Amino acid sequence: MTPIPRRARRPLSPPAAALTQAASGGLSRRALLGTGLAAGTGLALTGCAPPEPPSGGAASLDLPTDLSDKEKILKWANWTAYLDMNGKETKSPTLEAFMQKTGIKVTYSEDVDDNDSYYAKVAPQLRAGQSIDRDIFTLTDWMASRVIRDQLCQPLELIQMPNVVSNLLQPLKDVSFDPGRTHSITWQSGFAGIGYNKEKVGRELKTLDDLWADDLKGRIVVLSEFRDTAGLVMQAQGVDIESGWGKAEFEKALDFIEGKIEDGYIRKVKGNSYMEDLTSGNAVAGITWSGDIFVLAYDTEDPNWTFTIPESGGTLWSDNMMVPITSTHRSNAQRLMDYYYDPAVAAQVAAWVNYVCPVDGAQAEMEKLDPDLAESPWIFPTAEFIADNNIQSFRVLDADEDIEFADLWSTKVMGN
Amino acid sequence: MSSLAQVSQVAGDPAVHPTAPAPETEKRSWTAYLLLLPGVLWLGVFFILPLVQLAAVSLQSRFPGFPGYYYRDLNFENYLSALTDYAPHFARSFLYAGLATFLAFVVAYPLAYAMAFKAGRWRNLMMICVVAPFFTSFILRTFAWSQILADEGPVAAVLNFLHLLPGGHIINTPVAVVAGLTYNFLPFMVLPIYASLERADPRVIEAGGDLYANGFTTFRTVTLPMSMPGVLAGTLLTFIPAAGDFVNMELLGPQRGKMVGNVINDQFLAVPGGYPVAAALSFTLMAAILAMVFLYVRRFGTDELV
Repeated sequence: MTPIPRRARRPLSPPAAALTQAASGGLSRRALLGTGLAAGTGLALTGCAPPEPPSGGAASLDLPTDLSDKEKILKWANWTAYLDMNGKETKSPTLEAFMQKTGIKVTYSEDVDDNDSYYAKVAPQLRAGQSIDRDIFTLTDWMASRVIRDQLCQPLELIQMPNVVSNLLQPLKDVSFDPGRTHSITWQSGFAGIGYNKEKVGRELKTLDDLWADDLKGRIVVLSEFRDTAGLVMQAQGVDIESGWGKAEFEKALDFIEGKIEDGYIRKVKGNSYMEDLTSGNAVAGITWSGDIFVLAYDTEDPNWTFTIPESGGTLWSDNMMVPITSTHRSNAQRLMDYYYDPAVAAQVAAWVNYVCPVDGAQAEMEKLDPDLAESPWIFPTAEFIADNNIQSFRVLDADEDIEFADLWSTKVMGN
Repeated sequence: MSSLAQVSQVAGDPAVHPTAPAPETEKRSWTAYLLLLPGVLWLGVFFILPLVQLAAVSLQSRFPGFPGYYYRDLNFENYLSALTDYAPHFARSFLYAGLATFLAFVVAYPLAYAMAFKAGRWRNLMMICVVAPFFTSFILRTFAWSQILADEGPVAAVLNFLHLLPGGHIINTPVAVVAGLTYNFLPFMVLPIYASLERADPRVIEAGGDLYANGFTTFRTVTLPMSMPGVLAGTLLTFIPAAGDFVNMELLGPQRGKMVGNVINDQFLAVPGGYPVAAALSFTLMAAILAMVFLYVRRFGTDELV
């Protein structure tokens, strides 16, 4: 077993925890928006009323009836290049095997390009109690935290998932946003670092500053996920991103990124679709996620695609499977989650996606599949590897920072 | 019918139109209201209601400490920030949309003219070619352009070979955005112009020659004025959606220098608590376009819009 230390999140500070607790109460965006007509017609009456604090006690959750017994179907929203695929990229061998074994028909869609845009799309529907036609969605830690806080996902029955209980890596069993993993199960973890094409760049890129070279001007793409892009820049600026920094450090990183966009070094800031820019040749290097680059090398049959952690450090994150609050196929979803925690299956997925595998025992299975990959630090990182490369987790932001930083990122970097 | 009568009819002289005998007023008004009902209901549910809702949202305030939550308010600061922070985005949107409208007109007019007067048996084929892009989704077509214009794609390769591309790339530039807008809204320009040209009586144009006008003068004084309703409709149908478009900028545009549609999209989707500002931006955009269209129609307007 290869434990991944430093993965566990710092618990929220008491005021932050209190806030997040309160936020899960009765007030909802829908409730406020829903009264829009009243607000519109009665503007004069409502005037500038002071904000009423959201009511405290959490309303009891009404879970939809689970129709899994009758309807053998399951719809899964995931990110690009995140599941093993056969040569033609039409079918996933592990998913096919699952369908054969259980008789559940799984529809797999690469819906998630970016946490924010996916959440913004589905959250209003979920709050309104409407189906989003998905039974599992896969979102990053900080967004999973928001989803759980807003009660937009269903509690899971761990007792139905023996593989998960016994094989989930120890550090992931108790994460700050979901103690005891009652609402979310890790899908994969991964790193953000530098991805580039060694042949097209013509040299090795070792530090983040290597990206800002004149011959790479306009051929760099970076992630729209600010915890990764700003995180890496902050690390290069000497900040310990796990704790003890504030708005000043964040703004400094954003100013730097803004400058690089204005000077034409950074061509685009993108979600998972950055892979298209790398494939089409518009970009040859950038701040990317680890597994994507290995998949890119495989897909384009170009071994020159390289992923590396810059000398100043990289970030580590996890994506988590959750069942949307309106899904009627919770049991089917749990069967799928449990299936992917079978070490042999997990190894098969890891061999294709090349992301950090959260399943205990998968490394031993990988020995049988591909001994080289069993040694890969990108899939089975050791504690030394994490520490030596200064791989860190972006610190948990409190609710106010969450808005403020997203706002700053949006105005300075995303749209201007 | 004499061609003189034709001319005056085209010019919209009401005297030529036969006047229908006035029916009993009572009965007519009831029928008229009944016929209006579906339209009014439609407008009420799908236009007025959302508009009122949007207006209400645009005046809300963020709930301090609760990302993505709002409370009812009369917060006009949303409009202030929409106008001050994003003035360049508005200017850029109108500039790009204006350029695209002009370019679409330049391309569309000869095309529509050829279809109306010169195409002969090819007319239907040309019509299909103009309309065919609508069989695929707008996003897909724009995405296809992002592939065509890519650095290693055919267009950039040829231009680079000829040393005609100073920046080294054509995608992710304002040029690509304006080109994308022009392409995407071209059919909206072609079809109305074609419709008004096609209705024009060729004998009127012949009459221009009979009265010793040369080709250009005939075009300027007879053909063009006759097609003005189509031109007006085409420019409006192109300019209005182009000014609010964000897809072309997103897929073909640069990272810096976004249009107002992108800011609205970003405020709605990426910023927790961005709804009020996004709504205020939408309203401002709507008002600005309405004002521009009003002035434009008053200046160039004709009695009939196609």
